[in-house]
Amino acid sequence: MADMVVGRDKCGEQRLVSLPLSRIRVIMKSSPGVSSINQEALVLTAKATELFVQYLATYSYRHGSGKEKKALTYHDLSNTAEESETFQFLADILPKKILASKYLKMLKEKKEEEEEEEERNNDEESDEAES
Amino acid sequence: MAERPEDLNLPNAVITRIIKEALPDGVNISKEARSAISRAASVFVLYATSCANNFAMKGKRKTLNASDVLSAMEEMEFQRFVAPLKEALEAYRREQRGKKEASEQKKKDKDRKTDSEEQDKSREEDNDEEQS
Repeated sequence: MADMVVGRDKCGEQRLVSLPLSRIRVIMKSSPGVSSINQEALVLTAKATELFVQYLATYSYRHGSGKEKKALTYHDLSNTAEESETFQFLADILPKKILASKYLKMLKEKKEEEEEEEERNNDEESDEAES
Repeated sequence: MAERPEDLNLPNAVITRIIKEALPDGVNISKEARSAISRAASVFVLYATSCANNFAMKGKRKTLNASDVLSAMEEMEFQRFVAPLKEALEAYRREQRGKKEASEQKKKDKDRKTDSEEQDKSREEDNDEEQS
């Protein structure tokens, strides 16, 4: 069964890969244009994903504000996505969170800017018309 | 076959374990952080697959193979993963060879057993013939 790569040696050490291959395969196949995946590629992708999880967690912890609190928070992760080039591909799924009130204020300011811009354009047009 | 949203997620328990083992003891991981990392992992798989697929296509192949995945890691700027992945690949190949040899050995043993059983059987038949 291709479900788990059992790499337990005689000493009973850890499996080669802990993530379920069947699930990794489902995700891989959902990628457009992918026809088939050889077993080695599947195993390596699963292993790479584990390495990625470790890396993302440790990087975010080291650079995050939660270090003093001995905690890893969402904030640490979204910081990583925003500030690190390597992890930038995660920016869309790990957006920064802001208070709703702040967001509404931002929207309002943006709207006011746009209205001012429009007024300015109208003035210019009427100036041109007169000259 | 359409995938349900849950199918694209990785099991929480495994993700949590990997995170805990990577971080120093006693560090608390918020539920939101765990969920975020899990989602990030799924996105990583998609990104890696798409990247690896490009290499396969360049090589005019329809099947993604190990070297495509390794090339993808370099492309995605995860060179640090390449060495451990190569080690894992070697270990996997050894294991596969081991399994193959084990099953071939089993088959040989089985054949040998069947042969000796047949020999015993024909010896018995000879004995019977002598008696009758």
